[in-house]
Amino acid sequence: MTEMVYGTVHVRSGDPVLPRWWRTVDRWVLISVLLLFGIGILLGLAASPPLAEKNGFDDFYYVKRQAFFGLLSFSAILICSMMPPTMIRRWGVIGFVFAFAALALLPVFGTGFGKGAVRWYSLGFASVQPSEFLKPVFVVLMAWLISASHQISGPPGKLLSFMFTLTVCAILVTQPDFGQALLFLFSWGAMYFIGGASIVLLVVMASTVVFAGTIAYQSSDHFARRIDGFLNPEIDPRTQLGYAANAIQEGGLFGVGVGEGSVKWSLPDAHTDFIIAVAAEEYGLILVFLIIFLYMAITVRSLLRLMRERDMFARLAGTGMVCLFGLQAFINMGVAVRLLPAKGMTLPFVSYGGSSMVASGILVGCLLALTRTRPQGEYEDILQKDQHRHG
Amino acid sequence: MSRVPLRPLARILSARQKGEDHKAIENENIHQRMLAARGRQRQMAEGRLLIASICFAVAFSAVGVKMFALSSTEPREPRTASSASKIYAQRANIVDRNGRILATNLSTYSLYAQPHLMTDPENSAVELATIFPDLGVEDLLEDFTGKRKFLWIKKKISPEQKQRVHDIGDPGLLFGPREMRLYPNGKLAAHVLGGAGFGREDVHSAEVIGNAGVERTFDAFLRDPAQENAPLELAIDLSVQDTAERVLYGGMKLMNAKAASSVLMDVKTGEIISLVSLPDFDPNTRPNPKATLDAADNPLFNRAVQGVYELGSTFKLFTIAQALELGLMNKNTMIPTRGPLVWGKFKIRDFHDYGAKLSVTDVLVKSSNIGTAKIAIDIGVKRQKEFLDSLGLLTATPLEISEAAGGRPQLPPNWSELSAMTISYGHGIANSPVHLAAAYSSILNGGYKVEPTILKNPNPERGERVVSEQVSATMRDLLRQVVVRGTASFGEVAGYEVGGKTGTADKPNPQGGYYEDKVIATFASVFPASNPRYVLIVTLDEPSENSGAKPRRTAGWTAVPVAAEMIRRIAPLVGLRPVIEPGPGFGIVQAKGSSQ
Repeated sequence: MTEMVYGTVHVRSGDPVLPRWWRTVDRWVLISVLLLFGIGILLGLAASPPLAEKNGFDDFYYVKRQAFFGLLSFSAILICSMMPPTMIRRWGVIGFVFAFAALALLPVFGTGFGKGAVRWYSLGFASVQPSEFLKPVFVVLMAWLISASHQISGPPGKLLSFMFTLTVCAILVTQPDFGQALLFLFSWGAMYFIGGASIVLLVVMASTVVFAGTIAYQSSDHFARRIDGFLNPEIDPRTQLGYAANAIQEGGLFGVGVGEGSVKWSLPDAHTDFIIAVAAEEYGLILVFLIIFLYMAITVRSLLRLMRERDMFARLAGTGMVCLFGLQAFINMGVAVRLLPAKGMTLPFVSYGGSSMVASGILVGCLLALTRTRPQGEYEDILQKDQHRHG
Repeated sequence: MSRVPLRPLARILSARQKGEDHKAIENENIHQRMLAARGRQRQMAEGRLLIASICFAVAFSAVGVKMFALSSTEPREPRTASSASKIYAQRANIVDRNGRILATNLSTYSLYAQPHLMTDPENSAVELATIFPDLGVEDLLEDFTGKRKFLWIKKKISPEQKQRVHDIGDPGLLFGPREMRLYPNGKLAAHVLGGAGFGREDVHSAEVIGNAGVERTFDAFLRDPAQENAPLELAIDLSVQDTAERVLYGGMKLMNAKAASSVLMDVKTGEIISLVSLPDFDPNTRPNPKATLDAADNPLFNRAVQGVYELGSTFKLFTIAQALELGLMNKNTMIPTRGPLVWGKFKIRDFHDYGAKLSVTDVLVKSSNIGTAKIAIDIGVKRQKEFLDSLGLLTATPLEISEAAGGRPQLPPNWSELSAMTISYGHGIANSPVHLAAAYSSILNGGYKVEPTILKNPNPERGERVVSEQVSATMRDLLRQVVVRGTASFGEVAGYEVGGKTGTADKPNPQGGYYEDKVIATFASVFPASNPRYVLIVTLDEPSENSGAKPRRTAGWTAVPVAAEMIRRIAPLVGLRPVIEPGPGFGIVQAKGSSQ
């Protein structure tokens, strides 16, 4: 009766948004990311005062900024991870247009901050590195193109995505920023691989990368010096790598003690590219193992969750993001222990850097959205099969 | 999964027969194929995702393992450029020929400040100024409160000063160990030793480098750690050096000379037993050369080695020795000495008129310029040049005092016959006293060449012959006669058979020509003349002996008495025994008393 008088009570078709989010999101990855962020603040307390002192700010200026960017980043994670995959796809493609334009216009409006490569826009209170923001949206666009190509009579998405990747990499190489170019190329390769490329093709591509690297080695001094530095087994203790290695050795198992480290005074990039050396020196192997474990947990767990994913776009986009994230972390730490040649790259969520922090937040937010537990079409399949059987 | 046919022809055909729409069947078929493809895709992706996750797990584990390996090795101390070459502070001693110390090291401290560590800069500045009166409070305070993080306050401080600075108690005042060079004999042999100063220095040590004299010449040897601090043995005899310095100083004052030098050389080995140059200095506090002073008036200037002078009649010995050696004449050949000798527009005169002719002996004994010049004409330019060169008079001496290389003889630009004539009596050529000592030694020691050396050299190699044994003996005899009955009669020292030749050269005026009243008086002597052991050169700069009615400046009145006094004191020190002349009562005489 009441229904007839007052109309039906509005009943939502599903659960409330937040509880459903909490139930379906990959909570382990979320917690890992938060832990990494906390470690980043902890290390920033130790690593950034020398720089702040040098630049004439108060001791914890950079820590405050990092906390602020951390909040922004966390909001990005929350917002992005609540989006359904279709929305991510839509916004990602739109975002790609803007980020790509920003990247392409860098030579006109960008600034190098006197460091040689033009990678930033200066906004006064902060600087923005468009290549960081390009990462998540690039992955989304590539995943969409590759997955679309698998539709019957779909677009030639693989070829298109390859062209896009080459364009982006070409722009990055001219900056020059070989590290980011490598990341983009690698994440595209990973998506292509998961998207069903033949192994032969991948081998051909890998050898092309090696060939391109050789060309770059011969034509670019910037690049050649770093490779030479890596290949030389005798490490010069007065280089960044030498200081980093020394810091790790000094740290030992339990570190020299909070605030007692010395590497942060000698390394100009202690708070960004070599933050792991600060961690190793002051807190020892324990904290380093924890950091490595967290990155490994995020990557491996996300990849395993993606195995269940039936939607091709979600699977590919998720793969691309995990690979970008994981590879960046791996390269950063690999350089510090001399597994890899010197390559400036931030450690996501731990290193200081506004663009990196927020962009990583968007990336992980999208990743969490894509790895959320969803009905994976099993019922639909069953129903369809039933239908077919009945029909 | 059963394979889905590309086109379900059977069903389409049956549908057509029934008149149904076959499109729906085709669409359904396409959908099924897509589902099947998707299923295959998913299965393949599952496998590849697993591979990817394993790859990442391996990669991160590798980082972890490498991190563990690295952190369990010992850190290597970062090398810095400064520690790559160690500073050797140890410097060998320098000793005299009897092993007595001439130069050694003393451990001391340097004082430096690190103002950012200072607790009370004002108090420290005031206290430091009382300890070191030469430091100003304002200057110190300015340094301590400025931006500098490091500054030297004193390079060398004494233990007492160190204790007093320590008592200030400021942690920003620090001490660095230092080895300082010490010359315990003060001014003695200052010009031989030269001096040393700090080279590269850091907080922990400083390099001591020689900057003059033998300290500089043998710097590498003295600093060589491989020598294990073997001392550098010099030919100098400390007692003789001291005596020579005292006598020369007294003589310089007595003769109103402004400077003086002496060289005592072993005739046979060329070892320099003593070398004095006055005025002198204390190598412990080596003065800075004053720009206002003429180089030759600087106490750092080594007159015996660097100072090249026209040595006047002392050169007559070389002319006559060569004439005898060449067989042109013997010591009794008569030489015409009627003056003046006119050569072109020049006239050569003697101090006195010696009459129509003199024997070769008397040319030397009475010091006749005209006679010597005539002999030089007989010798000729080429042979004179060769002979002087064989005595080492045309090039800088090889003496191991670093300043010796600067003692380059001044030679006539065009060695004409006129030059040969003036050079024969020591004008128109300028040499250092060490040159003269070496050349006299070479002629008088029996006739073989010696090189001057400051090092103790007990087994010298005999040099090449410059004159015969016989000529050498004749020349010694002639020099002895110069003292007995010639210009150097004040040079007689009882029992030591002094022989020698005087030389009085007018000083050249920088404006051109020569001074009338300024001379360089030289006495080149040898003793004992019959069995020569030492050559002594004494040179006085601008002497003037004023006891008579008018000032006397010739060497016979100035340099000779100083040299005689020096020989009188030195000869016993070097172990020479005086030859006692037989007195009137010498021999066996009958005792007067016994006959009675």
